[in-house]
Amino acid sequence: MAFYRPAPYQKPLAIALLLAMLVLPNVLTAFGQEFYIGFATRILIFALAASSLNLVLGFAGMFSLGHAAFFGTGAYVAAICMANGINDALLVFPLAMGVAGLFALLVGAISLRTRGVYFIMITLAFGQMAYYLFVSARTWGGDDGLPLVGRLNLAGFSLNDDAAFFYAALASLAMSIVFLGRLADARFGRVIQAIRENETRMEALGYPVFRYRLICFALGGGLAGLAGALLANLTGLASPNLLQWMQSGTLLVMVIIGGVGYLYGGMVGALILLCLEEVLAGFTLHWHIGLGLLLLGIVMFAPKGVAALFGKQHG
Amino acid sequence: MAEALLEVRNLSRRFAAVDALKQVNFCVEAGEVHALIGPNGAGKTTFIHHVSGALKPDSGSVHFAGTDVTALSMHQRVAAGMARSYQITNVFLGLSVLDNVALAVQGRQDSGSSFRFWKPVIAEQGLFDEAFVYLEQLGLAERSVSLAGNLAHGEQRALELAMALATKPKMLLLDEPMAGAGPEESARMVELIEHLARHVTILLVEHDMTAVFRLADRVSVLVNGSLICTGTPDAVRADPAVRRAYLGDTA
Repeated sequence: MAFYRPAPYQKPLAIALLLAMLVLPNVLTAFGQEFYIGFATRILIFALAASSLNLVLGFAGMFSLGHAAFFGTGAYVAAICMANGINDALLVFPLAMGVAGLFALLVGAISLRTRGVYFIMITLAFGQMAYYLFVSARTWGGDDGLPLVGRLNLAGFSLNDDAAFFYAALASLAMSIVFLGRLADARFGRVIQAIRENETRMEALGYPVFRYRLICFALGGGLAGLAGALLANLTGLASPNLLQWMQSGTLLVMVIIGGVGYLYGGMVGALILLCLEEVLAGFTLHWHIGLGLLLLGIVMFAPKGVAALFGKQHG
Repeated sequence: MAEALLEVRNLSRRFAAVDALKQVNFCVEAGEVHALIGPNGAGKTTFIHHVSGALKPDSGSVHFAGTDVTALSMHQRVAAGMARSYQITNVFLGLSVLDNVALAVQGRQDSGSSFRFWKPVIAEQGLFDEAFVYLEQLGLAERSVSLAGNLAHGEQRALELAMALATKPKMLLLDEPMAGAGPEESARMVELIEHLARHVTILLVEHDMTAVFRLADRVSVLVNGSLICTGTPDAVRADPAVRRAYLGDTA
């Protein structure tokens, strides 16, 4: 292994991409394609969710199959807040992150005592428990989910406007990516990457391995919660399906397509998967066949993911 | 008698039907090089795991630097001043030599709380300066930017020692440092350990008898889970029970 280090051109590329994103809503509006603003927002949100999983899976090596539980929790926190008249984004987003992060802390405190396939199974079990909890919660809409009336306000501005909401999602993603990039290079990031490679050695160097994994797992859960709160605002619904293991699987596929352990892996994966879905679903209901073929191709020809093709890791 | 740095009292451990360790009483005095020898399957590795904290005993206790550490986990024992090297080279092969040691320095500096999420490690010159000092001590300074995976076997063992030293231990637990080394590498390793022994107490588990008798102040012999003898190298060499059980009549 090596510590993650992006290729030198990735930062300027990311900044260029960010600048392009800033004018995207105007361009789309100019061409009368406002519909795609919502679609682009969706990509940004899933990019954030996948990146949060990539922190847990790619950087710390914890193969969680229950990540969607934290994603969905964030969505419900946003919906419940709205239903109770709390619609200040500066309050709701941190709250969604906090609740989802705490939930992850709880799940992690138990799950992280296991390893390998047992960890996968126990995170799956927790995810499904959370899913059924929300399915059976009548007050929150049961399996119909909890609708949101309108969107949050950010510093006095309503996010009901699609372009405004797009920018809120863009800012959330950009800040998260910057945070994750800094984290990877900081002491904490080096520790979790080294634990991924050899946890016994880290323990023998005096590191309390369990604590580091737990904090990382909770951080990932918190970021997923933010993504969930954003998604609920975009679609106007917090549905129990967001917590289901299928959703965890989708996030995993995004990370694997994009690049496990690559800073931009989650972004690239979300972009590819959602675009593919959008295009292929227009042709056929069986678009999953195309997805399967793509996944097969990635695993065979670019096993480290698409992001890995654009810059190798070196120590 | 000098002060006991490590004291193991009545340590017993059973695996299914096998008594791996039977009522072992063992003591390492501060400042000495204490070698633990014994034939294959005698329980040396099991014993080491109990000292380092990787395994917990069925009964008995482990005391280190005046405190009972029996209930402490491995990383807590490291923080208390007990460092170990591994029988099989156990370094981060994909990292540079310097990064390997820097990880060890970082682990000690924070006494286990590297919860810094923002400041890049690259900017922490002090971390790498200190790591470099350990590399110099072990003759690896010129290799600092190489990948650990590109080092020769003997150099990897030295790196392993550098990492253990970087935790600033009171006691070094060396698990077969000569394992897999050629005669030249072994000789170099003996020199290194001799050098280290001036600064730190060493518990050495080793098969290479030449090295053991050259390095050790005292030797303990473990056979079938029991400690049959502890004494100076000469006394142990002369002990009839040891000769019978371990060295063989020709030794």
